Amino acid sequence: MANRINREQVKHVAELAKLEFTDDQLDALTPQLDDIIGLFESLSEVDTDNVAPTTNVTDQINVMREDVADNWGQSAALLKNAPDAARGYIKVPTIIDESED
Amino acid sequence: MNFETTIGLEVHVELKTNSKIFSPSPVEFGDDPNANTNVIDWGYPGVLPTTNKGVVADGIIAALALHATVEQHTHFDRKNYFYPDNPKAYQITQADKPIGHDGWVEIDIDGVKKKIGIAEMHVEEDAGKNTHERDHSYVDLNRQGTPLIEIVSKPDIASPAEAYAYLEALRQRIQFTGISDVKMEEGSMRVDVNISVRPVGQDKFGTKTELKNLNSFNYVKRGLEYEEKRQQQVLMSGGSVRQETRRFDEKTGETILMRVKEGSDDYRYFPEPDLPALNISDEWIKQLDEAMPEMPTDRRERYVNDLGLTDYDAMVITQTKEMSDFFNEMVDLKADPKMAANYLQGDVNAYLNDNQVDLAKTKLTPANLAGMINLISDGTISTKMAKKVFKAVTNGEEPKAFVEKHGLVQLSDPAKLQPIIDDILDQNPQSIEDFNNGKKRAVGYLVGQIMKQTHGQANPQVVNKLLMAALNH
Repeated sequence: MANRINREQVKHVAELAKLEFTDDQLDALTPQLDDIIGLFESLSEVDTDNVAPTTNVTDQINVMREDVADNWGQSAALLKNAPDAARGYIKVPTIIDESED
Repeated sequence: MNFETTIGLEVHVELKTNSKIFSPSPVEFGDDPNANTNVIDWGYPGVLPTTNKGVVADGIIAALALHATVEQHTHFDRKNYFYPDNPKAYQITQADKPIGHDGWVEIDIDGVKKKIGIAEMHVEEDAGKNTHERDHSYVDLNRQGTPLIEIVSKPDIASPAEAYAYLEALRQRIQFTGISDVKMEEGSMRVDVNISVRPVGQDKFGTKTELKNLNSFNYVKRGLEYEEKRQQQVLMSGGSVRQETRRFDEKTGETILMRVKEGSDDYRYFPEPDLPALNISDEWIKQLDEAMPEMPTDRRERYVNDLGLTDYDAMVITQTKEMSDFFNEMVDLKADPKMAANYLQGDVNAYLNDNQVDLAKTKLTPANLAGMINLISDGTISTKMAKKVFKAVTNGEEPKAFVEKHGLVQLSDPAKLQPIIDDILDQNPQSIEDFNNGKKRAVGYLVGQIMKQTHGQANPQVVNKLLMAALNH
């Protein structure tokens, strides 16, 4: 194993993705992720010294719409699809407030 | 030990566009929860956002208003995090190439001017709103996708007073562009604050704390003042400041620990693949720049230098663009600038405060208020009569018609006033004697009698002149 990623980093990435793994799973996943990163390393063989960074894979540019409001009237259907709703709100388990505002 | 303070402010400004930043849902407040949402706002799989051209224009306008450089090759990025007010689990924002950078605003504290740098400003989407009740929380996504501009200051702000002045300068400039209401009490302007102190002479910045729940400029200032002192005391007693988030308590004026920050946030930004990059042309920038309204600082200069207002008057008149535009129109209609400024600051502001309304929502018009002031200037009515006329003007009445209808014409003709004055003097020999004995108060009594006799219509200046002439005869 080339040690491109360690067990702690895998655990951190899992937490960011809200995933939980047992110790055994972490042991199994770490070398797998290491291999995957290894595959990407082949990209570094390409000389990109004089290439501008790619931010978008299409050739499109400046695709914008005019600032005109259009209510698609989907609210009722969307709420029907929510796991639970009440008085027009999406009802969710209690959130412990750690929001930015 | 002497300390220096460094304050950083992140200001979120909500844009007044018709539609959301990446979906055509209306931007409206006070509607039923989730009424203004569609599949894009809910982050449904397979939906494709489209950039609102109006938001990009507003971003350019904000950059220009804050003396920033417009980034002409820009794009959006994804900021990844889980939170129930954001169903996509990422916010579309700008991290790599913000739409504007390296701007500044000038602040003025007791005549001392200072430029506060702006590191960058970027456009992004707002999240929805959660409310919490007993055993559940409730999510309303109407605000999801509302366009925001975030403005990040450079570490130039060195005191709570400067932070306050910076926010005020920023609010005014943005307000004058018309892209946002910038009202903290309505949430269209939100402020995140960080502050650190360090001993004078130390190169490295101190550890900063973040403050939350600052819902007015005044709270920002008070929260910072408390936090500045707290950090100084921690350092002086040999301790060290922790990187933490603290909440401002409005009742006690103190900041209270919310949570200690462990490690840095990990948002894994990457370029937004669903939105094509933007190339902003010189022509577009030029076109927006030419349409830009005159900024408050320029207006103040003009008011003081060309119209003879005091710095203070000019400052009050330029609190909002509406007030300043109203004043401009009155001056165009030949109203005396000083009187126009006085009425706006005095009677008009009192009226707005009493009724808790914005100028635009009243029946007051520049033409009617200017008309009233012109009636005072040419002596038709007295300032006392103007009180009644002002009341009518607030109801949308035309001042000249009102004055004529109610016979509110000032009596200025000496030929008409002289006999009345002679009568009053004949009836009050005691007052004349008092005056001759040096009791100046007698004059006031006599003027009062004359005003009473004329039902308040006598011109006080003319009465005074004639009366003094008669008494000193």
